[in-house]
Amino acid sequence: MLHMIKLENIHKSYRIGKSGSLHVLKGIDLNVREGELVSIMGSSGSGKSTLLNILGILDNYDKGAYYLNGKLMANLSERKAAFYRNHTLGFVFQSFNLISFKNAMENVALPLYYQKVSRRKRNKLAMEYLDKMGLKEWATHLPSELSGGQKQRLAIARALISKPKVILADEPTGALDSKTSQEVMDLLKEINAGGITMIVVTHEHDIAEQTNRIIHLKDGIVENDVNDSEQKKKVFESLIAEEI
Amino acid sequence: MRLSVFDIDNWQEIFSSLKKNKVRTFFTSFGVFWGIFMLVVMMGSGNGLKNGVMDDFGDFATNSFFMWTQQTSMAYKGFNRGRRFNFRNSDIQYVKDNVPEIGLLAPRLQAGGYRGASNVVRGKETGAFNIYGDMPEFFQINPYTIINGRLINSNDVKDVRKVCVIGSSVKDILFKPDEDPLGDYIRIQGVYFKVIGVVKSRKKGGEAERDENSIFLPFTTMQKTFNYGDIVMWFAVTSQDDIPASVAEEKMIKVLKTKHKINPKDDRAIGHFNVEKEFNKMTGLFSGISWLIWVVGAGTLLAGAIGVSNIMLIIVKERTKEIGVKRALGATPMEVVVQIILESVFLTALAGIIGLTIGVAVLTGINYLMVSNNVQLDMFLHPEIDFKTALSALIILIFSGAFAGMIPAYRAIKIKPVEALRDE
Repeated sequence: MLHMIKLENIHKSYRIGKSGSLHVLKGIDLNVREGELVSIMGSSGSGKSTLLNILGILDNYDKGAYYLNGKLMANLSERKAAFYRNHTLGFVFQSFNLISFKNAMENVALPLYYQKVSRRKRNKLAMEYLDKMGLKEWATHLPSELSGGQKQRLAIARALISKPKVILADEPTGALDSKTSQEVMDLLKEINAGGITMIVVTHEHDIAEQTNRIIHLKDGIVENDVNDSEQKKKVFESLIAEEI
Repeated sequence: MRLSVFDIDNWQEIFSSLKKNKVRTFFTSFGVFWGIFMLVVMMGSGNGLKNGVMDDFGDFATNSFFMWTQQTSMAYKGFNRGRRFNFRNSDIQYVKDNVPEIGLLAPRLQAGGYRGASNVVRGKETGAFNIYGDMPEFFQINPYTIINGRLINSNDVKDVRKVCVIGSSVKDILFKPDEDPLGDYIRIQGVYFKVIGVVKSRKKGGEAERDENSIFLPFTTMQKTFNYGDIVMWFAVTSQDDIPASVAEEKMIKVLKTKHKINPKDDRAIGHFNVEKEFNKMTGLFSGISWLIWVVGAGTLLAGAIGVSNIMLIIVKERTKEIGVKRALGATPMEVVVQIILESVFLTALAGIIGLTIGVAVLTGINYLMVSNNVQLDMFLHPEIDFKTALSALIILIFSGAFAGMIPAYRAIKIKPVEALRDE
């Protein structure tokens, strides 16, 4: 089966001050097949956000190779990067990142705007996706008039509208209560069942538990890469230990 | 590439980001508004000053010059220095034959003065006026408005008629308001002349007063009646249309020096005054004023544009997150740049057009008040700016708007999406 994501010995350092540098990712090797539902876990400073940024082509890496859908993501121009982000990836953020002065429908339609889809066509499509998320009657409302769960469903609709291959979710339930969290997680699982590869960064054990595979990062390398419940439990235990 | 100007989403974003900060938007645009407003009002006032001063010239031929005789300052061909001489009737044809650069040539004579002793009588009324002997050509060089009757014509000159044209002040002094001066006689230095016309000056102030206290006789009549022989006191001359007055002037001096046996190097023998030179000095002064206004106005405008740029920087900073989200969703840097520059151009253009409109309205208002209240100022008339000036101001505005957007736009594309998306 095709590897949707293939990371080979990825290194990433951040410059700190004038001469210092912080080595965040120290050789990540990772393969994610098409249609997988994967969570990335790790204590703060383990490099999970940096990894997600590199996966999302929001940041570049220093060494190694990153293949997305079989294409090497290296030395991309801003235009090319924008193209891949728009066509291959969908983003879901902890703080939703909706545009405050655009209504629900316009927010969902935004990725298609950058694909030069005509206004009528993209608004029609946006309405379909809002309908799927049960938000049809909120189409003309501004994000500020929606609840947290509604906002996240809106963001997910926006991530889906460009029919991406991969959805990258950064703490998608971090700002939600447990009931709403579960609803959002169910939605993500349902989308994954439709064949879209899903990568979720989370620190919540009950969220990670629901994914098929947990990648445990520690100090910039992959500490564990597990997929059965027994091993998952061990990962959680070691994570608790790390926090202490 | 998409035509971003016609894209409703772009405009939606421009309006929403400007609406979010009404006070800030207002004060920023006020800078640009004030710049263009001041530019328009200053240009208009400059033009008003120019119109006012130029109007004082009346319709006087600006390519004209005058020439008269003085004493020679050099000995030449057996003549001593200090010799007095006169222009003669024979000079008229001689100059016409030898100086083709000349357009109109009007020999003149003058007697009396309106500030001197009384020299004109009609019944019980007397007055002191300038008495001129003139050819019809003179009225083309220094045009008058005819109130009544006609000007001196070539038949008056040829037949040596005892007729005169009087200025409006002369009429007011010698005649009662309800009297018709045409066909009536006045006594000038003891000789009766028939009034054939009344004229009014087209100039203003002192010049007009002098013109209107004048009486014009046919040139030949004046020579014969008052014993001037064949003397010409001075010449009023214009050059041909496409030849500068100074060229014709120089040539004419040279020709007259030869004829009157004057040392070619003697610059004192013939006096002359060039209206064109004076006029050019004036024109130079006004273009200087106009330049100064542009420099000051452009400076004010620049300050306004920098204000806009500053605000745009803040807007970019504030919207870092939004720009980051858009970049994550697939916006190219170019699309971000177009957005910001468009916003800046819109803000400056809108403020500028309002400034332009109000500026023009103020000028029109002043002009209207001056005209309707019949305000006559020597130095101010019809403040206005022409379409070309307004258009160039508008173009400058749009460029300064784009310029103001440039730095913030550059700053915006420097922001990496990952930095923009960082939560804290």
